Amino acid sequence: MKGVRHYPGFLGITIACLVVLYAPLIVVTIYSFNDSNSITSWGGFSWRWYADVFTGPEADRFAAAAWNSITIAFLAATASTAIAVAAALAMIRGGRFKGKSATYALINLPLLVPEIVTAVATLIFFSTIGLTTGYLTILIAHITFCIPFAYLPIAARLSGIEETYEQAARDLYATRAQAFWLILLPLLMPGVISGYLLAFIISLDDFIITNFVKGAGMETLPTAIFGSVKQGIKPNIMAISTLMLAVSVLFVTLSYLVNRIGQKTRT
Amino acid sequence: MIGVFLLIPVLLMAVYSFLTKEFRGGVIWDFTLAAYDQFFFNRGLFGDEPPVIEWTYISIFWRSIWQAALATVACLLVGFPTAWFIATRPPSQRSVWLFLITIPYWVNLLIRTVSLKFLIRDNGPLNEFLMGLGVITDPLPLVNTNLAVQLGLFYSYLPFMVLPIYAAVERYNFALSEAAADLYAPRWTILREVVLPVVKPGVVAGCLLVFVPSLGAFLAPDLLGGAKTYMIGSLIDEQFKGSQGNWPFGAAVAVVLMTLVLIALFLQARAAAKGARE
Repeated sequence: MKGVRHYPGFLGITIACLVVLYAPLIVVTIYSFNDSNSITSWGGFSWRWYADVFTGPEADRFAAAAWNSITIAFLAATASTAIAVAAALAMIRGGRFKGKSATYALINLPLLVPEIVTAVATLIFFSTIGLTTGYLTILIAHITFCIPFAYLPIAARLSGIEETYEQAARDLYATRAQAFWLILLPLLMPGVISGYLLAFIISLDDFIITNFVKGAGMETLPTAIFGSVKQGIKPNIMAISTLMLAVSVLFVTLSYLVNRIGQKTRT
Repeated sequence: MIGVFLLIPVLLMAVYSFLTKEFRGGVIWDFTLAAYDQFFFNRGLFGDEPPVIEWTYISIFWRSIWQAALATVACLLVGFPTAWFIATRPPSQRSVWLFLITIPYWVNLLIRTVSLKFLIRDNGPLNEFLMGLGVITDPLPLVNTNLAVQLGLFYSYLPFMVLPIYAAVERYNFALSEAAADLYAPRWTILREVVLPVVKPGVVAGCLLVFVPSLGAFLAPDLLGGAKTYMIGSLIDEQFKGSQGNWPFGAAVAVVLMTLVLIALFLQARAAAKGARE
């Protein structure tokens, strides 16, 4: 009986929901190709603002910021994924241990606290231990808030893998390390890749926490963009936004596809 | 890692809120209630008048709570039908719809907010479009209004509402609705009386996931709003920037904000526990 599932108007609201979500992004993407110095009038199609991003007066600033963003995202995603794998093993394979639910709450804490509170707390922490704000403080902060995002897909995947695989390996005289590296990790891989990609994107995108702990003179792409936007939206900002948009969409699509393949090979 | 780099900092933040401010930012290790006193009371310019209640900061909080609550309701009104619609598609189509909803969530929030500002600004595409249609004759002044901030919050956190409700509706047993329909219950009564109680945990989770980040939002009010739409996020941010800052006061505001969030989470946990007992 289809009747109880169908409500009139719900399709319309869903479409409206997607329009609201996508309209600003599509409009900015279109206007990033605008061959006009003014952001208001349309002057024909052009790549000039993309050229401006790479060779224009602000190119050096953006290049430095992009380099910081990408290296921090790479290091933070790697470290937080490794920690998330260890945490998932402890939580799901470790049996019952004291403080398990407290640990679980702790892993998810960054998801529940407003970002600005985390930002304040992190800045105060670095200031107290006397760590000068800069690249290192951004990196530490990023690793911390990326952990829950890496943890969720890894834990989901791990709880779907039965322990019999490792037990079989152990019965065949594999060491614990071999059982992990040769058996469990390959099975866990879709979750690990998915978690890694999400952590990478979350790190690349962060503004609020980075803005607090970056220190003077240090910029990542979002803080550089924010600094520019404060003086008004310029066409080169739209070009750079579109590029970042493309990177985000690419990563999420990859993560989605990996997950799908993972579900097909579900054990 | 989280223990060291999040829990300890949060505790430190609470300690900082009781310290004395140093000019040029930073603190002096001298315990005082000055930050909270400044938050709640006005003692005149020289601090020697009898204290009266200081409304400046309380009203910023009140505005933030109100804006966050409105955003939550708006997200619920749009998010529930969307989640329902997706969950009632054939399984093969669902993941595509869900994917469409989640993509914007993974796009940089700053870029999304800037994009929205570009779209709704006075000479922006939205106003030109509406004027082209002849719906309006003068551009709608949207930027720097509470409505723009509201739109920004709604737009930022809508996916957070859809996903948990979707998860709940997907598990919902439609036989319950069919049984109610067989007993001649009208469509909307079924939704209210049968469906809603079952999927309530998802709805509550979605509301929290929208309300909590909206309350501490910084980008939407800062970029889309003006002085009249000042929210908690900007107030905190300001205390840590430059020589005008006041670290203990900023920490105190953050502590008050976190207390509000913890109260919201506690109420939700209690409601969930009560729901589980019934």
